[in-house]
Amino acid sequence: MINLQEVIETNKMIEQENLDVRTITMGISLLDCADNDLKVTCDKIYKKITTLACDLVKTGEDISKEFGIPIVNKRISVTPISLVGSACCRTPGDYVQIAKTLDKAAKEVGVNFLGGYSAIVSKGMTKSDELLIRSIPMALACTTFICSSINVGSTKTGINMDAVRLMGDIIKQTAEETKEVDSLGCAKLVVLCNAPDDNPFMAGAFHGVSEADAIINVGVSGPGVVKYALEQIPDANFELLCETIKRTAFKITRVGQLVAQEASRRLGIPFGIIDLSLAPTPAVGDSVADILKCIGVEHPGAPGTTAALALLNDQVKKGGVMASSYVGGLSGAFIPVSEDQGMIDAVEAGALTLEKLESMTCVCSVGLDMIAIPGDTPATTIAGIIADESAIGMVNQKTTAVRIIPVVGKTVGDTVEFGGLLGYAPIMPVNTFSSQRFVDRGGRIPAPIHSFKN
Amino acid sequence: MTRAIITVVGKDTVGIIAKVCTYLADNQINILDISQTIVQEFFNMMMIVDLTKSVKAFDVLSDELAEIGNNTGVQVKCQLEDIFDKMHRI
Repeated sequence: MINLQEVIETNKMIEQENLDVRTITMGISLLDCADNDLKVTCDKIYKKITTLACDLVKTGEDISKEFGIPIVNKRISVTPISLVGSACCRTPGDYVQIAKTLDKAAKEVGVNFLGGYSAIVSKGMTKSDELLIRSIPMALACTTFICSSINVGSTKTGINMDAVRLMGDIIKQTAEETKEVDSLGCAKLVVLCNAPDDNPFMAGAFHGVSEADAIINVGVSGPGVVKYALEQIPDANFELLCETIKRTAFKITRVGQLVAQEASRRLGIPFGIIDLSLAPTPAVGDSVADILKCIGVEHPGAPGTTAALALLNDQVKKGGVMASSYVGGLSGAFIPVSEDQGMIDAVEAGALTLEKLESMTCVCSVGLDMIAIPGDTPATTIAGIIADESAIGMVNQKTTAVRIIPVVGKTVGDTVEFGGLLGYAPIMPVNTFSSQRFVDRGGRIPAPIHSFKN
Repeated sequence: MTRAIITVVGKDTVGIIAKVCTYLADNQINILDISQTIVQEFFNMMMIVDLTKSVKAFDVLSDELAEIGNNTGVQVKCQLEDIFDKMHRI
């Protein structure tokens, strides 16, 4: 039988160390909503989402109350909209109509975000993919809940440099379209390489074509719990350090598994995966950067940071895998800048640069995330950053992503406030040497060789 | 059997266990186990209870227990046992 110490430990994690389930994300296939009439397509989309997800928020709240564990977000991911709208959208404006429909459905069911305003263009772009991409700035400017993601490369296909170049422009245009709110649109737009089909985290969530009609995916969190556990063993060697992270990750993930199974049972929708993640929030103590400091670097960015992050990421996976029956999504430590107080501090202290963040993305989940850069950064430079990050993902067979915000009217020394879970960020300097000739070449970078690994 | 864990945390107060137990008895909730300890001068108590015959829905119980706590200056939480079981047992 459960004893008092165990009960106290669990409740302390929840009440003092910010343990939470970060998101329950319902994946919904919209493939059967495609029609050659735009209005019919929109009607079917609205009906399907509001029917399947009508109890999602209530179920999340019930589970949260009954188990006493906060469930921060309830979200929806849908089939990449470039596929759903390909038969009926003739202009970017047509795609914006679908975005508005999705936004209305998200509002109706009460979710925090809806992801899947997406296109998978890792090898080539269809006409409809390109229309969707060109509609992104307008779609994000006129909606509240929609998140957009574009997959521009993969280990098997190489990198679609035409799409990378185009996304440089699209990010700039999105910043411009949403300049009244500090270019917030870019916080809801991510460019990925090797994007998974079952990611529950925004902004990169979409419901891939390999998935069932509807599915429940859960993202867990708890950097504060790992930090607290490590604070108890300040001088431990690497063996004990790693064991402690693993044990903590196991406990955190078991809670996610329980919540996922309960949500799946109550909603009558199959359980998909648990995303084993350490996802920070701007709340003090809920920081991945603080874990790195506990491991022993003065600030993230100091020499040793990449190694510390690599071991953290690996131990989280090792501990989490045994705690869940199905693992997927992005699974790893997230290192967003604006959403993590410790990262913000490191940038402000001058310890952390864009280049160091890039090297950190080689060994952890995802990539350059929630980084504010000067508004006058050229589109070609942004495309260059995307190309670099995609190359890391392509060669290392992992997911990488770029979610950067060129904040219109702001420059190095300024800060930008996004609010809520998105936090605030100091504007980081970007290398000012040009990548224009490189990104303007056109075409694609071939897939890497899968032998002769060095 | 639906089992829940009720925890009471706060400064030790006369009659707090009596109040919680009376409430549980009034609602046909059977107490299976009680343990308590003092951590950093705070009174920590937990009860494992059986909700099978409870006359009230879980969310009502949970709110009313929290209210009893508020009125007495302690925190009373009611959670389904599964969360602890899953976290601490393989």
